[in-house]
Amino acid sequence: MSFFIIVTLVKIAIVFGVFMTTLAYLQWVERKVLAHIQSRTGPLRVGPHGLLQPLADVFKLLTKEDLMPPHASKFFYLLAPFIAVSLALVSISIIPFGPVVDVPFFPGHKTPLGITDLNVGILFILAIGAISVYGIALAGWSSNNKYSLMGGLRSSAQMISYELPFTLVIISPLLLANELSFRGIVNSQADYYLNFIPRWSIFQMPFPQIFGFIIFMIAGFAETNRIPFDLPEAENELVAGFHTEYSSMKFACFFMAEYANMVTIACVATVLFLGGWHPLFPAPYSDWVPTAVFLGASFLLFAQGNKIGRKGDHITFPLFGLAALVLAGVFAVPMLQTYIVPIFWFAAKAGFLLFVYIWIRGTLPRFRYDQLMHFAWTFLFPCALINLLLTALMVALFPNQK
Amino acid sequence: MDSILFIIAAVAAIGCGLNLVLQSHPISSALSLIGVMSSLALLYLLLGAEFIAMAQMIVYGGAVMVLFIFVIMLLNAGAEKRSDKSLFARIFGFPLLAVFVVPLSFLIKTTFSAQVSDVSFGSWVGGTAEAVGKQLFTKFLLPFEVISVLILIAILGAVVLAQKEID
Repeated sequence: MSFFIIVTLVKIAIVFGVFMTTLAYLQWVERKVLAHIQSRTGPLRVGPHGLLQPLADVFKLLTKEDLMPPHASKFFYLLAPFIAVSLALVSISIIPFGPVVDVPFFPGHKTPLGITDLNVGILFILAIGAISVYGIALAGWSSNNKYSLMGGLRSSAQMISYELPFTLVIISPLLLANELSFRGIVNSQADYYLNFIPRWSIFQMPFPQIFGFIIFMIAGFAETNRIPFDLPEAENELVAGFHTEYSSMKFACFFMAEYANMVTIACVATVLFLGGWHPLFPAPYSDWVPTAVFLGASFLLFAQGNKIGRKGDHITFPLFGLAALVLAGVFAVPMLQTYIVPIFWFAAKAGFLLFVYIWIRGTLPRFRYDQLMHFAWTFLFPCALINLLLTALMVALFPNQK
Repeated sequence: MDSILFIIAAVAAIGCGLNLVLQSHPISSALSLIGVMSSLALLYLLLGAEFIAMAQMIVYGGAVMVLFIFVIMLLNAGAEKRSDKSLFARIFGFPLLAVFVVPLSFLIKTTFSAQVSDVSFGSWVGGTAEAVGKQLFTKFLLPFEVISVLILIAILGAVVLAQKEID
């Protein structure tokens, strides 16, 4: 029993550390990718290639003056960012990152990679999502500012509307998996058709969930208030929406909550539709994919270091190349492969989805408010419903295909 | 451990319930109601009814209360004033409460004390989504379908009322 508690505490510490670092650097990645989409360079000044920018941002936000609007209702004004950030950080606790493995240094003990697993896992995520609306709604209301109030109202209406297709589309992969726990859902997507097509939900017979996946991502964008659905904080209409009156660390809380929600949606999409930690190729080949990827990256970086670039690129690029080379070596150690290769595949899929988030932000303009509602109720909702009915019909007609 | 968890959840539920009545601002009351719902979900969870607990959070804690808060925010309702006028309530309030509560608790104690046994949390495991679904589609199929028709009628009524406003 006490061994279980110690292992869980260690896992919590690791996941928390990695998650917080991801949140900080996701913002750096977003600024860099957006900049390159728009032919700019992005953050460059703090550290090599702006790599210390997140740290600088944290210091900036911590040392800023913490303003309190005079006519705000104080309790709710302070409560709102707390609700937003704490709920956003909770969901990561039930995401499975890898299979059940032996605990290193303690032979005979096994532990799943991932903090915990609930047998109502997906419902837990939905419940957290349903509650986290209050963070934004309360922030908008308690600031006593018309822009904030409009932002809060818009966001509540948007989240209620998009929760319908979001929830409906989640049911379809559950029908295929016959499970509610995340670990069970991932396990049901193991194996391959004809030895090369993975049995992920988006490819799984009798009804591939490819449309379901697209609807899920669209609704996920709306749930996290990202472009093209970022009307709650449309700056040309509402200054900054629900967080207009927030400054310093309280603003940072909302910022962190938004990124944490993005990561959660990407992880849930990976688990439900993209087969979690299961690799794209059957195991004998896929164990060497991470090594190959990092080797390629390191060669690319070394080659870039030789070109004439900015001042300092001759040093930084080979250094990054060296780091990639070390990673390639780590992934080639057979003892470690059982632990880190599944995590690599999970991180690769979730990371790709996060990249899509940023990519779309750099590509699409914002919806108008009536278009937003029209899209949710007259297009997305019927599509999700039809997808669900077809899946149910196919699962009922061909139960042995699963 | 069981009784500690139960006491925490129960005290939270009762405290939020009292706060719901005592607060003068509608938003505070609505948030207290969310507190009551969450504590109830916690109690369900302790009893082993995990599906009901999550459904409680999604439906009542989430959807229903968001609508409440949404309406309060749209109407921009301010704090209510305490009237302190009703002489009847001031004189007879607490005596009437005692008259109501004491016989009720006595009745509950005498009627149910024979059936009461110790509850240990985690001993009952019939609350999974699978078990609830099986019950809904076999034993309680008729009430389940009838309720869905009732809700459909309510939705139709709402649509009809909304259309009249537009015309």
